[in-house]
Amino acid sequence: MNEKTPGAVITAIASVSLVIMVFLLYFLLQEGLPALREVSIRELILGFDWYPTEEPPALGMAPLIVGSLSVTALSALIAIPLSIAIAVFLSEVAPTWVQEVLKPALELLGFLPSIVLGFLGMVVLAPWLQESFDLLSGLNLLNASVLMGAMIIPIVASLAEESFQAVPRELRDASFALGATRWETIRKVVFPAALPGLLSASLLGIMRALGETMVVLMAAGGAALVPVSIFDPVRPLTSAIAAEMGETPVGSTHYHALFFAGLILLAMTLGINLISMWIEKKGKERWMA
Amino acid sequence: MKKSAIALAFAASLSLVGSAFANNLVVNGSTTVLPIAQSAAEKFMESNPEVSITVSGGGSGNGIKAIIDGTTDIANASRFIKTSEVKAAVEKGSYPVPFAVAMDALLPVVHPSNPVKDLSIEQLCKIYKGEITNWKELGGDDAKIAVVGRDTSSGTYEVWDEKVMKKERVTPRALVVASNGAMVQTVAKNKLAVGYIGVGYVNDTIKTLSVQGIEGNVKTVLDGEFPISRYLYMFTQGWPEGNALKFINFVLSDAGQEIVGKTGYVPLR
Repeated sequence: MNEKTPGAVITAIASVSLVIMVFLLYFLLQEGLPALREVSIRELILGFDWYPTEEPPALGMAPLIVGSLSVTALSALIAIPLSIAIAVFLSEVAPTWVQEVLKPALELLGFLPSIVLGFLGMVVLAPWLQESFDLLSGLNLLNASVLMGAMIIPIVASLAEESFQAVPRELRDASFALGATRWETIRKVVFPAALPGLLSASLLGIMRALGETMVVLMAAGGAALVPVSIFDPVRPLTSAIAAEMGETPVGSTHYHALFFAGLILLAMTLGINLISMWIEKKGKERWMA
Repeated sequence: MKKSAIALAFAASLSLVGSAFANNLVVNGSTTVLPIAQSAAEKFMESNPEVSITVSGGGSGNGIKAIIDGTTDIANASRFIKTSEVKAAVEKGSYPVPFAVAMDALLPVVHPSNPVKDLSIEQLCKIYKGEITNWKELGGDDAKIAVVGRDTSSGTYEVWDEKVMKKERVTPRALVVASNGAMVQTVAKNKLAVGYIGVGYVNDTIKTLSVQGIEGNVKTVLDGEFPISRYLYMFTQGWPEGNALKFINFVLSDAGQEIVGKTGYVPLR
């Protein structure tokens, strides 16, 4: 075995995964783009009627796209402030023994299967929401967002905690030496220094929420409707794909439209990914300067 | 010499193809009939290990198209063959033969605390269209109705669409659940809900409603009295022979009809 072998093996494995990614993208394009042959892209993205099995099918995905975005936005709104608060507590405030217990507990929570959360939403949260707010149904945007928030808090909080930890000790010491209180140090020194890390942690959580399927399939209510209140049911792209793909004839317009929905999701996550990369780059530049 | 060798090879390959055909049965079509076909195929292959059956879904339309094109041996369909399909078959010189293998019925369900006992087809249609929105209009309490439906791609929705909605659109405000099981869960937890499930899924966490005064059960479905029901079919290419005949006979036998009952449909006897 010469010295080059390990490097070659690693390169080979890395390129296999790259090839698989390219192949997946090719497959998605091949199955998704034919939808445009029968429906215009304008109708697909801006149409408001989702009745895919009618003759001819109505394939307006606007309610599904808005559904995906609204669940993601609301869950981010719930989860990100909480996550950052937890991270500040863990990294800056909590005594060491609390840290040692809470950090692994938080990470363990991240392993909770999403179907368990969905089940909780259906059986516990939905009846409670319905009773307390006198609603038509507890399966709605709020229910799904709360569950999704619970799902992404462990991810965002533990990444945020790590970016607080990464702030150099010297910065804190310098701040204390100048007579700043602990709160002032957190707010004016540690927080700004950790900001790029916090942002990319949040974006990672948002991406997770956007792609999540089981929770929204079970708890969001599934009505292809543009929500006007947080108590309206929604049908995100992911749950439409999961619920309908198995039943639709292979090669039909509906089938291709569902793959097109996958492409839309991919474009959204790609967008978020690019933003997060850009933020990271900006953050690095600031540290170098 | 050379010629005979080629002829021999040709004959050998032909006989291989022949035997593969003889012991391989392709079943395609409706996803509604899929559970029946799948369990029946498993049981059938247990007692006939030399036969291999390939079962796949794809929709009634695709199944019947495959029978016409000759690419499947048996086509499952949750509806009868359409006139246009008969015409296409005649043009291609094929002759699809239908066998009714089971019946499927949908029962409207509500929360056990709901005082409403019976609804007409017209009332159900108006509820799902979003025209009737309060239980008061149906003789119940003064409370809004939470309409729960199924994915438009599901076979269950197909029956509802055909027998109750008569092709009218379900209101987009209706909640949509992904399975019969999820429907039972949702309705059992919601006092305002109305939904519909296959006969096989009824349990006591929900209350079934009669339709136009007719209770939905095995008897009324078989009598044809209960209005929200339909036949499920298997089509063969011409009169079935060989394995196709054996398989159809198995599905129609007592053992086959027991499978029908277990998968949540109404056996024919």
